[in-house]
Amino acid sequence: MEPNAEIQIPMQKPMNRKRGNTNLFRRLYGQRYLQIMALLGVAWMIVFNYIPMYGIRLAFKEYIGVGDIANAPWVGWTHFQAIFEDDLMLGVIKNTLGISLLKLIIGFPLPIIFALFLNELRSLRFNRIVQTISYLPHFLSWVILGGILITWLSDVGVINDALMGLGIIHEPIYYLAEPKYFWSIAIASDIWKEFGWSAIIYIAAIASISPELYEAATIDGAGRFQKMWLVTLPCIKGTISILFILAIGNVLNSNFDQILVLKNQVNESASGVIDTYVYEIGIKMGRFSYSTAVNLVKGIIALFLLLLANSLTKRMNQSSLF
Amino acid sequence: MWTRDRRTRGDWIFDNLNVIGMLLICFVTLYPIWYVLVNSFNEGKDAMTGGNIYWIPRDFSLENYTTVFKNAGIMTAMGITISKTLIGTVIHVFFTAMVAYAFSRRELIFRNGYMIFGTVTLFFNGGLIPTYLWFRDLGLLDTFGMYIYPAMFSFFDLIIFVAFFREIPEGLEEAAKIDGANDFSIFVRIVLPVSLPVVATIALFHGVWQWNDYFTGVLYTSSEYLQPIQTFLYRVIAQSSSNQIVGATGGAINRTVTGQSIKLATMVITTLPIVLAYPFLQKYFVKGLMIGSLKG
Repeated sequence: MEPNAEIQIPMQKPMNRKRGNTNLFRRLYGQRYLQIMALLGVAWMIVFNYIPMYGIRLAFKEYIGVGDIANAPWVGWTHFQAIFEDDLMLGVIKNTLGISLLKLIIGFPLPIIFALFLNELRSLRFNRIVQTISYLPHFLSWVILGGILITWLSDVGVINDALMGLGIIHEPIYYLAEPKYFWSIAIASDIWKEFGWSAIIYIAAIASISPELYEAATIDGAGRFQKMWLVTLPCIKGTISILFILAIGNVLNSNFDQILVLKNQVNESASGVIDTYVYEIGIKMGRFSYSTAVNLVKGIIALFLLLLANSLTKRMNQSSLF
Repeated sequence: MWTRDRRTRGDWIFDNLNVIGMLLICFVTLYPIWYVLVNSFNEGKDAMTGGNIYWIPRDFSLENYTTVFKNAGIMTAMGITISKTLIGTVIHVFFTAMVAYAFSRRELIFRNGYMIFGTVTLFFNGGLIPTYLWFRDLGLLDTFGMYIYPAMFSFFDLIIFVAFFREIPEGLEEAAKIDGANDFSIFVRIVLPVSLPVVATIALFHGVWQWNDYFTGVLYTSSEYLQPIQTFLYRVIAQSSSNQIVGATGGAINRTVTGQSIKLATMVITTLPIVLAYPFLQKYFVKGLMIGSLKG
């Protein structure tokens, strides 16, 4: 830092104010290639991120799908008021929160536990093999997994076959046709697909813990579980809180790709979530303005949740996302 | 040996239970995939009528696969998937890395402004409907470009690239500058070649995403000549639109294949490239995730 500072002093010549603007243009021209490269990115973001954001004004208009959005009449808060009168809304919110929160409660600790126990394996080779296998489902698409699930859960599928073979049930159950099973299916399959992948960050965090800490704990007479609880967990606390903040920010985003594959007209009452609702009433029924309003409310609440989780974890310990 | 001697009886029990638990996890992870594989190699009618097949094919047959490979619809969808993955990934990596290189240079004027402009896109987006309507107005519906242009750039990937480019010693670029090379050719000739690990990582993630994405096809194309294989499978599996599958079997009643067996064979073919490439690419994605998680 110090030697650099000395060298940089002569380069910062006092700038003549009158010539400041021409100087800026000259400097811009000097780095014109860099500026063009940067501006191409900016242009892309304007076209594919910012113009769609501007399209949110749809929520305050009455747009029926044809013609220019700019010409559609303004209707103020009408669509937002309609959300409160929508009978389907309550069920959709219940499903979104129910599936997400249960996924969080069950699915969030599992990768941590998996990483802790993986760390206790003596054979590094076996450790690697287990890791590799556990990541694999993350790379399969939900369509493929949905295909497997639908096959397994059908009336003649593996699950019914096994349960009937064991004498637990006597009649085949149509799991995906009964709403009461949907949440369990969604949660279990999501955990199956992602727990190994989610563990990677914890595995890396655990790998960076100094071995001296474990040696000291051993000398103090700590057992395996005590070391996990008193050394490993406190060392990865920061990682856990950051991932927790991100998970809270995602509570309203149910896994759209997953739900859309597993959802059908019979399990609708348990599988309709905000995201699929927006898709169905927006794209399929053409209620563009209303579904934009629903999505906007969802986005604002999600951002609020993220900020809330961030400030809570900041208060509890020092690590936070921003 | 030294460590083994220090193990207590409790340790021994713990270690063995731990290994058994891990083996169980491996089994639960791999078995569903094995099940699909085995059933796809079994004769379709036999699989349907003779009860579940759990471990090995009961009546081995390649007919499901030959039917799939002879089917024009499935092969077109496969072609779309392969081309959108290859073209989309090359363009995504090149374009995002190029912008990232500019953003990574400290002397870039308005650099902070550009970064804020990009960071906003991480937290806000237009959402499904405004995006759909805008793409419709752009004329992207039912075009192959729909798979490419909206996926050309990602600010999240840019952050990973920037973190990597910062580590490149400046001496490399200085030498080229003295030779009179402009910033774009420095990026192409010097920066990209030394950034192979991060390029491979981003390419892998984007490639897998392109390969697996089915919703873009569902939402933006109605033409069956433009649907990728994942969208085809979605329509077959989730909407159980059996007419696509009947089309696939060619309506031949005397054949032994069934809708289900064709579906399984297509699922295997769709997943195979990912499973085959997976062990080779593993080292890259772990590294990439680390960079991403530290900076993101």
